[in-house]
Amino acid sequence: MKINPNLAVSESGFLFNPGTGESFTVNPTGAEIIRLLREGLSLEQVIDAFTEQFQVDRHTFEKDLHDFSGILKTYNLLEKDE
Amino acid sequence: MEKQKYERPHILRLETGMPGKFGMRNEPAPTTHIDGMAVSELAEKYGSPLFVLSEKTIRSVYRQAYKAFSTRYPKVQFAWSYKTNYLSAVCNIFHQEGSWAEVVSGFEYDKALANGVDPKKIIFNGPAKTREELLLATNNESLIHIDHLDELYLLIEVAEHADHRPRVAIRVNMDTGIYPMWDRFGFNYENGQAWDALNKIMHSGKLDLMGLHTHIGTFIMSANAYAVAATKLAELARLLQVKFNHKLKYIDLGGGFASKNTLKGSYLPGSDTNPSFNDYAEAISSALINSHFAPGELPMLILETGRALIDEAGYIISSVIANKRMSTGRRATIIDAGVNLLFTSFWYQHSITVAQGTSQYREDTSLYGPLCMNIDCIRDSINLPLLNPGDHLVIHQTGAYNLTQWMQFIHLRPKVVMIDEMGDAHIVRENEEMESITGLEKLPGHLSSIKA
Ligand SMILES: Cc1ncc(COP(=O)(O)O)c(C=O)c1O
Repeated sequence: MKINPNLAVSESGFLFNPGTGESFTVNPTGAEIIRLLREGLSLEQVIDAFTEQFQVDRHTFEKDLHDFSGILKTYNLLEKDE
Repeated sequence: MEKQKYERPHILRLETGMPGKFGMRNEPAPTTHIDGMAVSELAEKYGSPLFVLSEKTIRSVYRQAYKAFSTRYPKVQFAWSYKTNYLSAVCNIFHQEGSWAEVVSGFEYDKALANGVDPKKIIFNGPAKTREELLLATNNESLIHIDHLDELYLLIEVAEHADHRPRVAIRVNMDTGIYPMWDRFGFNYENGQAWDALNKIMHSGKLDLMGLHTHIGTFIMSANAYAVAATKLAELARLLQVKFNHKLKYIDLGGGFASKNTLKGSYLPGSDTNPSFNDYAEAISSALINSHFAPGELPMLILETGRALIDEAGYIISSVIANKRMSTGRRATIIDAGVNLLFTSFWYQHSITVAQGTSQYREDTSLYGPLCMNIDCIRDSINLPLLNPGDHLVIHQTGAYNLTQWMQFIHLRPKVVMIDEMGDAHIVRENEEMESITGLEKLPGHLSSIKA
């Protein structure tokens, strides 16, 4: 899964899609997921990284990540061919 | 290294040019404590969901209401409306504060007696009193509020066999300008039924006519409706004085004051828009003082205020069970308290707050209870922080009607605790157990085993 490379993401969790002119706010957890995906990590690797770094079990995070990536998709924030 | 605290990921599309309804964002603070007790500890010790009542709030709201009336009118008497909340611990606080009891069934009447209320200070309302109940109330010299002519004739009959003369009032219904008009209970004012019933009582010679009663509806947003009601009852009192030289002891204006809750569909919170006790007291006292009653001859004013006295003192502590995403993309959160416990969620948009600190991120969420039923929706749409399963929520202003109209449906009912004025919690009603339900059941012999 790849994030649309044209997105502008600010430190404070502000996201801008120059393609559509839409902006978004994202919380730190969401921003971290987007950052890792942009670095090219696979979903599996994101899960590993998160359970390592945060107080969350694999099961809960997998479910939340699945939900979050679904929303990224509806907001057209993933690469076109995805 | 200590792991970081986790919040579920969240992204929100920013809509431009669409400020909030009133350009304001009212973000309630988390409710971490109720009367000094930590919500998380209450849930841990007594379970979740949990009803919590604040003795301090009950007493302080009662005193505000009493003060609003007693500073404007010489003789004021509250009578606690049992149906609103008849947990004995709650009733007894009101009785300690000086309230009489207002009951509408034999069950409630017996409960008031068992709580130690002086039978002369029990008002017996309702359309369905039995002959036995009327006889008991007559012998106890309780105040019987007659609802219809059949009851009037029955009571005249009962009086023949009783030790005392029945002490009565009639319930009057009337047009006070509010809609819908409650004309189902009592005798109508405008069409002369009420005056007719009063004549029958006076001519029977068997009943002691003590007062007049009305209950114009519930959650009445217009204080002026009470001024109209008081004026109409005062007029009936004047006619009785003129025709029979009979002076009434009291005028009872029933219940119906709005609590601080917000009705569904309202734009502004009820705490900002609903009349205060002072508003109601001003309308009622002025109407009575300005009527024909001579100074020193004003009848006692009785009030059967229910929800406005107890809503604020009740809370439900609930826990998040799960978060879901609906097919439309909407977020839904399932909690362990549903409409089985929160009957009033059908009318009220209850204020709901989290019990722990959260980040500043919010999500528009539908809040559902644990029943496997479509009706089980606590809030269609509420802006909530990103909650995780196990997090606690506090539902506010749940003191009225929920603890009497809750249902044992699908789940057993939870404990009710009361926090006293010293900040100590007491269980005032135990949770139900399997035995509470099955103990009442009986199995016919041929159904006692499932082996055919
Ligand atoms: C006769 C009577 N008195 C008092 C009340 C209490 O009303 P409220 O809770 O609206 O104050 C009711 C409620 O239905 C009632 O029927």
